[in-house]
Amino acid sequence: MSLTDALAHNRSTAGTRAARGAVTSATVVSALVLLIAVSWALLPGLFTHFDPNDGGDTPALLPPSLDHWFGTDQTGRDAFTRVVYGASQSLLAALVAVGVGLVLGTAIGLIAGTRRGLVDDVLMRLIDVLLSIPAILLSLSIVVVLGFGTINAAIAVGVTAIAQFARLARSQAVQISTSDYVAAAYGSGGTFFSVLIRHILPNSISPVLSLAVLQIGSAILQISTLGFLGYGTPPPTPEWGLIIAEGRNFVATAWWLTVLPGLVVMAIVLATHQIGNTLRKVTS
Amino acid sequence: MIGSPLLSIDGLTVDYSRRGGSPAVSDLDLTVASGAMTAVVGESGSGKSTTANAVIGLLPSSARITTGRIRLGDLDLTGLGPTGWRGVRGSRIGYVPQDPGTSLNPLQTTGRSVAEALRIHRRMNRTEARARVIELLGRVGIDRPEKRADQFPHELSGGMRQRVLIAAAIALRPRLLIADEPTSALDVTVQKQVLDLLDELRDETGMGILFITHDLAVAGERADEVLVMQSGSVVEAGEAERVFSHPATEYTSRLLADAPALQTKPRRCLAEAAADSQHPFVSVDSLTQVFDRTENQVIGVEDVSFTIGRGTTHGIVGESGSGKTTTGRALAGFLAPQSGRLRVGDFDAAEFAGSGPGGRRRRARPSRARLRQFRATVQLVHQNPYSALDPKHSIRSTLTEPLRNFGIGTRSSRAGLVHEILERVALPAEFLDRRPAELSGGQLQRVAIARALIVEPELIVFDEAVSALDVTVQAQILSLLDRLQRELGLTYVFITHDLAVVRQIADTVSVMSRGHLVESGETEEIFAHPSTDRTRALLDAIPNPVTLTGHADPAPEPALTAAAES
Amino acid sequence: MILDTRYLLLRLGQAVLVLLLAFTAAFVLLTLIPGDGVTARFADPALGLSPDQIAQIREATGADDSWFSRYLISLTGFLTGDFGYSVQTGAAVSTIIAAALPSTAVLAAAGFLTALVFAVVIAVAATYGPTVGPFAWVRRVLDSVPSLFISIPVFWLGILLIQAFSFQLGLVSVVSPGPAEALVLPTLTVAVPLSAPIAQVLIRSITEVQASGFVKVTTAKGASELWMLVHTVARNAVLPGLTIIGLVFGELVAGAVVTETVFGRNGIGLITAQAVTHRDNPILLAVVVIATFGYVIINLAVDLLYPVINVRLRTPRTAASGRGLKSSDAAARSALTTTAASVGVDLDWTDHSAAPTGTAAEASSETKGTHP
Repeated sequence: MSLTDALAHNRSTAGTRAARGAVTSATVVSALVLLIAVSWALLPGLFTHFDPNDGGDTPALLPPSLDHWFGTDQTGRDAFTRVVYGASQSLLAALVAVGVGLVLGTAIGLIAGTRRGLVDDVLMRLIDVLLSIPAILLSLSIVVVLGFGTINAAIAVGVTAIAQFARLARSQAVQISTSDYVAAAYGSGGTFFSVLIRHILPNSISPVLSLAVLQIGSAILQISTLGFLGYGTPPPTPEWGLIIAEGRNFVATAWWLTVLPGLVVMAIVLATHQIGNTLRKVTS
Repeated sequence: MIGSPLLSIDGLTVDYSRRGGSPAVSDLDLTVASGAMTAVVGESGSGKSTTANAVIGLLPSSARITTGRIRLGDLDLTGLGPTGWRGVRGSRIGYVPQDPGTSLNPLQTTGRSVAEALRIHRRMNRTEARARVIELLGRVGIDRPEKRADQFPHELSGGMRQRVLIAAAIALRPRLLIADEPTSALDVTVQKQVLDLLDELRDETGMGILFITHDLAVAGERADEVLVMQSGSVVEAGEAERVFSHPATEYTSRLLADAPALQTKPRRCLAEAAADSQHPFVSVDSLTQVFDRTENQVIGVEDVSFTIGRGTTHGIVGESGSGKTTTGRALAGFLAPQSGRLRVGDFDAAEFAGSGPGGRRRRARPSRARLRQFRATVQLVHQNPYSALDPKHSIRSTLTEPLRNFGIGTRSSRAGLVHEILERVALPAEFLDRRPAELSGGQLQRVAIARALIVEPELIVFDEAVSALDVTVQAQILSLLDRLQRELGLTYVFITHDLAVVRQIADTVSVMSRGHLVESGETEEIFAHPSTDRTRALLDAIPNPVTLTGHADPAPEPALTAAAES
Repeated sequence: MILDTRYLLLRLGQAVLVLLLAFTAAFVLLTLIPGDGVTARFADPALGLSPDQIAQIREATGADDSWFSRYLISLTGFLTGDFGYSVQTGAAVSTIIAAALPSTAVLAAAGFLTALVFAVVIAVAATYGPTVGPFAWVRRVLDSVPSLFISIPVFWLGILLIQAFSFQLGLVSVVSPGPAEALVLPTLTVAVPLSAPIAQVLIRSITEVQASGFVKVTTAKGASELWMLVHTVARNAVLPGLTIIGLVFGELVAGAVVTETVFGRNGIGLITAQAVTHRDNPILLAVVVIATFGYVIINLAVDLLYPVINVRLRTPRTAASGRGLKSSDAAARSALTTTAASVGVDLDWTDHSAAPTGTAAEASSETKGTHP
């Protein structure tokens, strides 16, 4: 095979494979799962008619039934209702976290990757420092300073994501700004900013955006971890990590209070990963 | 031919189950005799590599042999299971791959790689194997084999790695050697050495060689039998001499006509250009840009001087690492040289480099207007058309961008200019709304040329602009360039490793080696009377099928439309 | 000479710089920004301390010194192993940590080794499993196991394991387990999520090696699949695995914090969680600095050992500038792998429009070396 052969082959298969292979049944299921999760967050009342914070006179610790899908907790609250109402807290927090990481990280990465030189060195050393502190300790330290709460936990998790976005954005920017078509754009009379806006940004942004989607899943996990440890939303507001933490006390008698909410969290995280991967395959 | 052939393929058809459409190889017959070389020649996608893979049982899992038989002596290869194949591979069929850069295990010494076949087939103990490895390395012409056996692939040059791969392939003295484009990744002088080695081994051991290549000239020079393939079918087969002197089909004639190495027709003379040598359009005077220096080599360029007359083509030839690309980038104003002068018309190219990518603040910035004028005067066309166009932009947007940047035309007149330029490079207007991914390599290169032309430059620097293209596409691009030059009075700098291409297109030529200019002058003069060993070695390495001297009958003019490329 | 002295010194200097900057950042975050911790804690009238006593405490803790001298005192303290005193209990932080460290180290080591075993088994089965036949599903399932594992909330996994193995099956006692018995479930809790990114990277690199030119050449020499896995693929596939070691360390720390909390194991993780709850910043500061130290040391070791394993990096760069672009490209690529693996998904970032052409050009420029 000659060079052109290899290239042409790569290109033709890449196009068709991305179009055909990316959207699988797993992707469709994932999209449905995410759709449901988002609807929970926006319109929880459509999915349940119980009160998330007041069990009324419902007996405590009922096992799952048709009335109470996930059973009831120690004060008779419907566990499913709490999971549905918890979606808004958890998803909002995940979006805030990814937003912080995406905006700050991408800005740092693009500046470093296009300016190079001293700016690049200094920024990337700072990113190294950020990476060298284990993420959980970094987010705990920030939570201690900011105080407990969902949004504060989200910001803390977002800070730990900055480094990844910065590195990806930088390597994209470097790769693209050394490409032939960027050189050609300068040759066609482009200035630094016109080339940055017209060529470097559009070509480097799509991997960064698919990373953002992927990161939503891990942000949900990290935020629920902080919630589980008790640094997120104070009770009784439902939040997924907190729900599981409360159910933990009844692990021997009421397994449903931990197992079922955990399965929901896992399914949603898995779905974001699947969607993120599909997006990445389609865009690249 | 004596007795039954070593390898015989009857009616082979290979199908890619998932792809649909026509089979990758259909109804192919082929024989390789002991001690002989059969060459399979074709462009990319012709099915030549699929044929080679079928013979050694390494077809991808999606491919299937639907009909036909492959026989090695008395053994039917088509019916072999995994265990049967293990007994045949290595011991009865040797395989030399295309790319020596990726074909050796990077974590293994070359000695271990060569000994691998011996270990797999459990032929020898450690000491015997070591002795055999050293013998083999010596046989393929590697100096100090004891030392080389303990080195790792990255410490060897490309040519040496290919020798190691050949040594590994012949370790068990197979009767048949499959060489799948063994030299296409190598520099031309190294290619000659490797081909000579294969010839010697064939004479010495009597093994047969199945030689896969896209290079017609190589096939004509070395092979006994030649098969010409096009999109999966054999278009012509027979003795090499006959195929080359009297091609029976139009396709073979066209391949022969397009292959630059087989061109004997020198370029037309440009009388008026020669007369103007007192006032050259481009002058390069002791250009120096040294990135690094080893004992016998300069990385970059040192003390390079030449001149180019207006309206002529200047070729810069050299092997990789000779500094030709550095020279081209400096000419196009993308690199400020450490010293020396570069003049293009009334511009000093050296002053503009700061604004390009990777350019650091050196010297004072020239005025923007001046830089624009320069950019509009000198354009660069890159080697790889696939990476030279922004994948996110349509062809229209790619071609409009320089017009907007340079303020050429008005918003309404630009559409007309874009149409016009596309017509000039012989592309249909419906391509305007396509993205680069939807075009073939040759079509993309036409777009890249159109982008350079649209600002009406006077000088265009082509950096290996045709080397990534198939030979017929290459010929079409070259004739397009020739026509454009005549119509528009352009000056070209043509950077290439391929002397044959230079001979076809250049009026004057500079030969570079290891960062230095070794020779410069009129093309025919240099081809006829090379004055340095370096140039002579490069010229000798051009494959030269002897039978071809009488080839004067020009093939039908290749269709200039790009549609013919796909 | 495998290691170049200049490189060694440079790398060492870099490590010290990163460590110093990390300490500074953590100091600013945990000591300066919270402001006057002494007043906040001891001026509470309920404690009944006299102004004199408070002044004494202020003197002893250096609360009235300038931020810079406090920084210097703290820094020298850390250099000499004096991490200050817990705000909560008043005990020396170094004593508290020294008591908790062994148990966490055991958990981390056991978790890491188990994760490694899981990862290798998953990766080999997912890449060498049967592609056709009745067991083809095994391969498909195993291929998606890493993305499942990475999606499991660690704390939930711990609870689930307790529920299943202790309460339902009664296999492991949680009430009064022996030392080995107490280690089983926490180890699994740490290992399962940790194995996912490692398996992911291994699957990816094995697939890459399988597609490479030298594997085809070796097959053409008559090698069997097993021979190839042992002699050719394994070593080449392990190299990229080293690049995610830093990530693995971070995951280990996170795993320790959560697991120790869930299982109530005394260790660094548990005291960290308690320190956050009680806002015991000196303990938190010490844990952050020690963990960062661990990260920096491990990465330094990997960087220095890498050339020993990867022969390509052994020779001093002869044409350094010529390869400058290429090596930075490799660095960018490994950074990508790390980024990718950290979200636990196989990121094949090969941009089909630019990367194949880039690598092809790279390969050809490499092979076209000048002849001997």
